[in-house]
Amino acid sequence: MSSLGLAVRDSATMLRRNLLHARRYPSLTLNLLLTPIMLLLLFVYIFGDTMSAGIGGGGPDRSAYIAFVVPGLLLMTIGSTTIGTAVSVSNDMTEGIIARFRTMAIHRGSVLIGHVVGSVLQAVISVVLVGAVGVAIGFRSHGAGVLEWLAAFGLLVLFATALTWIAVGMGLVSPNAEAASNNAMPLILLPLLSSTFVPLDAMPGWFRPIAEYQPFTPAIETLRGLLLGTGIGHNGWLALAWCLGLAVLGYFWSTSKFNGDPR
Amino acid sequence: MTDLAIAANGLRKSYGDKTVLDGVDLAVPEGTIFSLLGPNGAGKTTAVKILSTLIRADAGVLRVGGHDLASDPQAVRAAIGVTGQFSAVDGLITGEENMLLMADLHHLPKREGRRVAAELLERFDLTDAAKKPASTYSGGMKRRLDIAMTLVGDPRIIFLDEPTTGLDPRARHNMWQIIRELVSGGVTVFLTTQYLEEADELADRIAVLHDGTIAAEGSADDLKRLIPGGHVRLRFTDPAAYRHAAATLRGVTPDDEALALRIPSDGSQRELRSILDRLDSAGIEADELTVHTPDLDDVFFALTGGAAGIPDQPKETTR
Repeated sequence: MSSLGLAVRDSATMLRRNLLHARRYPSLTLNLLLTPIMLLLLFVYIFGDTMSAGIGGGGPDRSAYIAFVVPGLLLMTIGSTTIGTAVSVSNDMTEGIIARFRTMAIHRGSVLIGHVVGSVLQAVISVVLVGAVGVAIGFRSHGAGVLEWLAAFGLLVLFATALTWIAVGMGLVSPNAEAASNNAMPLILLPLLSSTFVPLDAMPGWFRPIAEYQPFTPAIETLRGLLLGTGIGHNGWLALAWCLGLAVLGYFWSTSKFNGDPR
Repeated sequence: MTDLAIAANGLRKSYGDKTVLDGVDLAVPEGTIFSLLGPNGAGKTTAVKILSTLIRADAGVLRVGGHDLASDPQAVRAAIGVTGQFSAVDGLITGEENMLLMADLHHLPKREGRRVAAELLERFDLTDAAKKPASTYSGGMKRRLDIAMTLVGDPRIIFLDEPTTGLDPRARHNMWQIIRELVSGGVTVFLTTQYLEEADELADRIAVLHDGTIAAEGSADDLKRLIPGGHVRLRFTDPAAYRHAAATLRGVTPDDEALALRIPSDGSQRELRSILDRLDSAGIEADELTVHTPDLDDVFFALTGGAAGIPDQPKETTR
């Protein structure tokens, strides 16, 4: 078998294994889904009227704020599910079965690729679920055609892939599940410190750089632009650069950790 | 001379300044059982990890299945099967799913994969438990599933790292039977164990690993011949009788705590009679007399410098 054929076949086998795990033990994924959904309901129904009035132009009804907050929460959902990736990779590495895989004549990278593809699929499903909740409580896109929807989907998949590779690296350097979930904290903290909940120019000046120079804000602004017809500007390129940079970094970090002698 | 399944020359490995393997040479002919014997921490597991491509050696020329470990690990991996000390099964999925996972990773066609999985589950008495998650299996069942998974790819060389540690006596004897069957099919088995009895029972050749080097190597009989371990052991319950005997008999090794005396002997009828005569003439009546012929325990203690390193070992075997 060609080496590419081998890589694809073994990765598919590993993917089946990871999806089987996720199907048998869905509680971790479901728990991680709760955070963005709770935040969505909290911000829309409890703070929604005030926030709507505050973001400028919106009347004191929550519809303007729903439109504003949903794109950010979709990306936060990705950050949240990738914590599950870090935990399951870390768990997996403590299992003897990984040592067995290492002594088998299989494609070396397939173990990690199986994790990444499985996690991206789970992230996309999670985004669809959170998106459905958003639509159910009144989110509607403005002026988004087929192209915009495709671009939005592509952005979400790319963003999920980038964060997943980083999360895999975090899982590989964590000695156990608790450490993995701590190490992966930035993936859920960064969206809280981004333009998810309030626009950049509503933030105090000293804080703005923190929100601006991180991957979530440009991705959120791009998604808003695609779904709501607001301006994207340079955020599209920035988001793309962040995604590619993080994916490449995470890939090389993870594979070098995995290919080294096991701990 | 048959071909070597495993050959190691000058195998070295250290972690930081701790040297685990310090120039180990091994030669395992095809179709034999080779046992690496040693106390906990002697480096047995490290040796298996290196020979099974899991970790890299610092130095040494190593060939497994005719392939060089350093330059062609993938070819080595295609020839071997490994069952490590800690169970290498996926606890989250069922026994059957574990088997099918192995079949997929060995690129067996679907139908053949199912057939091989079902056959091996049957052979290892796991058919009833096949649909249950592996995490619910007992220690012996996990070990059997582990070996069944190792056999999916029909490996020619199998590494078993302490395959019976933690098993009850029945499960251990089952495992021995399994290992014998493997070899009768022409497979080479590289086995590590801390149980001398196990090496004696199974192995064609035994190497004793101590402080990172091979302290002795040979068949069980070769090793037993290395040391004069035979003796007659006299045990007393009355301390006064013990002291009297210890003072009267010459050339004995006293064990004050057990109130026992060791008299060197090869266990022959003639020597026994002379010992009994000496006891009679000195008026010594021991409460218990056992004849101890040299076994691997003696070899082990002699080579590895005392009992300190090996807990859980019976101090001696009464024959």
